[in-house]
Amino acid sequence: MSEKEWPLWEVFIRSKQGLDHKHCGSLHAPDAKMAIQMARDVYTRRSEGVSIWVVPSAAIAASDPDDHESFVEPMADKIYRHPTFYRLPDDLEHM
Amino acid sequence: MGDNALILGQRLAEWLGHGPQLEEDIASANIALDLIGQARLWLSLAGRLEGGGRDEDALAHGRDQHEFRNCTLVELPNGDYAFTIVRRVLFDAYQRVLLGRLAEGAEGDIAAIAAKSKKEADYHWRHSADWTLRFGDGTEESRRRAQAALDGLWGYTHELFAPDAVDPDAGSLRGPWLELVEPALKEATLVIPADTAFMSAGKRGVHSEHLGYVLAEMQFLQRAYPGARW
Repeated sequence: MSEKEWPLWEVFIRSKQGLDHKHCGSLHAPDAKMAIQMARDVYTRRSEGVSIWVVPSAAIAASDPDDHESFVEPMADKIYRHPTFYRLPDDLEHM
Repeated sequence: MGDNALILGQRLAEWLGHGPQLEEDIASANIALDLIGQARLWLSLAGRLEGGGRDEDALAHGRDQHEFRNCTLVELPNGDYAFTIVRRVLFDAYQRVLLGRLAEGAEGDIAAIAAKSKKEADYHWRHSADWTLRFGDGTEESRRRAQAALDGLWGYTHELFAPDAVDPDAGSLRGPWLELVEPALKEATLVIPADTAFMSAGKRGVHSEHLGYVLAEMQFLQRAYPGARW
């Protein structure tokens, strides 16, 4: 059965309350249609979601963890990029 | 209806841990659980209507072979996965037609259970029809297996539409059933065998030799330790 493995798919589920599809895992399936069907049975059997996306895992390009030093760390000390230095008028509520 | 769902649910559950793929294993188990859930509703209702104090468990675990009213189709051994799927496609179509009719035509609890189960049956059909297409229109080997399954199973569908005291109008379901089944099988390039005079009699309590084994496994615990709970 598994001489030819089915390709891997990443599954994204939108929950009832959420507006965005969140990554929740991956599965093997022969094509997109069946990937959605299987995602339904694997990831929404406890009614976790109302909408499903699947994406071939091979289509995802990822950043390299080895680049951490140059890719991520330089952002750590740039506090001026956070909009926390504005003085808010006193009568502005709910901020 | 409860017995159909119970026995097929039990048969499907046999695939648990043996499914062709992890994902398909889970899908199959979900469907088995749907069916057992349907069986609980029908058997509970039957117990209440009978008024003899028997609940769903008493009916599922306390009856002998000849008291089961499931059609023979659902008790046949699983065979290979093609056989399991083709049996399901024939049965799921039947469920959709019958449950659809009960949801609209019946009243009270029966209509409510039918309406709830119909939604599940629609999904089951989607799953089994999709796999039938993949087997039939797949490789030479998968097509051979699917066709062999269909050849072996077709005769057992006659019973579904045989009128009896419970449903004198059962014959009228065959038209709508064929409207579902024929295009699905045709699309899967499978050839529907010619109808024969063969007629199984599970609905009347006259079962194949296979049901005894299903019950022996299913009922073992309650038979060995009556009333056991956990």
